[in-house]
Amino acid sequence: MADISAPVAAPARRSGGFRRTFRKLPVTAIIGAAILLFWIFTVLTVQFWPMAEPLDMVGRRLQPPSAEHWLGTDALGRDVFSRTMHGAVWSIPIAILVVACAVAIGSLLGAISGFFGGWTDGIIMRLVDVTVAFPPILLAMAVAAMLGPGLTNASIAMVIVWWPIYARLMRAQVLEVKEREHVEAAIAGGASPLRVLRVHVLPLCWTPTLINATMDFGQVVLLAASLSFIGLGAKPPSPEWGSMISEGATRFYDWWIAFGPGMAILTVVLATSFLGDGLRDLFDRRSQ
Amino acid sequence: MLAYILRRLISIPFLLLGVASVSFLLSQMTKGDPLAALVPERMMSNPEIVAAVKAEWGLDQPLPIRYVRYLGNLLQGDMGTSFSTRRPVALDIAERLPATLELVIAAMIIGTFMGLALGLLSARFRGTIVDSVARIFALLGSSLPVFWSGLILLYVLSVQLRIVPGTGRLPPRVQPPPDVTGFYTIDALLAGNFPLFLQVLSHLALPAFVLGWAVTGIITRLVRSSLVEGLSLDYARTARAKGAPERIVLIRHALPNAMIPLLTILGFTFAYLITGAVLTEAIFSWPGIGSYAVRAAASLDYPAIGGVTIVGAVAFLLANLVTDIAYAWANPRIKVH
Repeated sequence: MADISAPVAAPARRSGGFRRTFRKLPVTAIIGAAILLFWIFTVLTVQFWPMAEPLDMVGRRLQPPSAEHWLGTDALGRDVFSRTMHGAVWSIPIAILVVACAVAIGSLLGAISGFFGGWTDGIIMRLVDVTVAFPPILLAMAVAAMLGPGLTNASIAMVIVWWPIYARLMRAQVLEVKEREHVEAAIAGGASPLRVLRVHVLPLCWTPTLINATMDFGQVVLLAASLSFIGLGAKPPSPEWGSMISEGATRFYDWWIAFGPGMAILTVVLATSFLGDGLRDLFDRRSQ
Repeated sequence: MLAYILRRLISIPFLLLGVASVSFLLSQMTKGDPLAALVPERMMSNPEIVAAVKAEWGLDQPLPIRYVRYLGNLLQGDMGTSFSTRRPVALDIAERLPATLELVIAAMIIGTFMGLALGLLSARFRGTIVDSVARIFALLGSSLPVFWSGLILLYVLSVQLRIVPGTGRLPPRVQPPPDVTGFYTIDALLAGNFPLFLQVLSHLALPAFVLGWAVTGIITRLVRSSLVEGLSLDYARTARAKGAPERIVLIRHALPNAMIPLLTILGFTFAYLITGAVLTEAIFSWPGIGSYAVRAAASLDYPAIGGVTIVGAVAFLLANLVTDIAYAWANPRIKVH
């Protein structure tokens, strides 16, 4: 996480102060950031909240929402509200991890591809072409199923689906930056190619990647939940949002079982697209 | 432009080879034993079956030969035998394809119409409450998990309000129309059975809406931004100067120009539609490829998963190809490189 948040601030500092730049964010982006902060806060503190344990059978089965159980109880008499909140502990860190890995792998390969060109570029980009030739969910399902169901393998599958996006983004950025004069000067000054890439090119290439990563965060939460819903991610009884909805799908007359986790996913996806939109308007020169 | 289309066409076989190679690698990854991807566990004890499968897929041979054998089988349309239905995967998929296509096409129509309507509304009344409501409705569509919105709408509209029927393509115990195209709507009309057509339509409505809503967001956003841009351009000003009312400027002048960017994202929305179809079919017990894939994934039916993945990738490639060609044809201004 640290290496994601640090460079966000970098372009801001250059354009005259963190505060001044971020004051220009639209209200929706601030709301999005607040919702994401709420979920991160939940992940960190939910175990101390004064409520039922997510795996404890605390009440009668299939009770509709009440003052005691805000979102009712599920087929085993567990508190749905508590399970929804604990679900964040699964979904949020996994999405952060998947996005971080996809960004790391994709950006590395994309930077190499764009900077060195030639056959390296050819091979990496053909790999990208083939990967994006698959509809994302089918590739993720195939990889997750072949590796065996489970959250780790589902995460690997999602990284495989997502890295090409960042490879393309980073490659395009590097191709553009590498033509600038300061890079030429550095090469003329005798700097090694790796040093030029690391010191003179890469620091100027992160903005689109970070904006995209913000937007993708919600989509990763969504895909992770979809895989769990299908039965390829988290397994019951773990309170993961997707698998909770799949429990609710088998008895949809008791709507409240699926209601909480669905709302949770919705808030995360909305929040990231609000924040991502705001950041893009702020940093992307083309959209201004 | 011809050269561009040709180059695009030439790239297709290579991409298909890549897709097949990835599928082969995936099938080899399965728990270390490729045999596990072809023979169900309970048949492993039957030496005859094991020997027959080994011979067909060349499992006693080294990797390169297995790869060639795999490609050869694929070219003949052989994707192995499903563990759960015990029928050729290709046959299973062919049988279920029309159901999925019917759903996806219906969803595409609904999504495009809603997207155009909402885009027009929010561009015409931009900055007002109409704009906000239209955009929020569109945004909700692309942010909601379809397997959840489908569930909730099914509960509200089917269980509580009884406006739409339940899941599936037809009510239980109703005979489907005689099979001509596999599209129940068309087949029912061909058979001249109008009441059946209405029944089919009422079953199609909700899943197609749920799936169409998922792509409405992208389309609305695109239509709105192209319209707003168009309304600020010279031709719009000229039209206004000639006394055309804003409504006419929007529909006669800005809208046609907004259709070209719409073409470019059709391929992109197709990816959303496939993802959505897999999950929507699971919720609505829709007997298409999506629910087949979900069942295959849940029961680790490897040949079926592999088959669906390949078919999905081919469909996706074709959709992107058609999009690119349509775009090159519709907009000669694009630079082709």
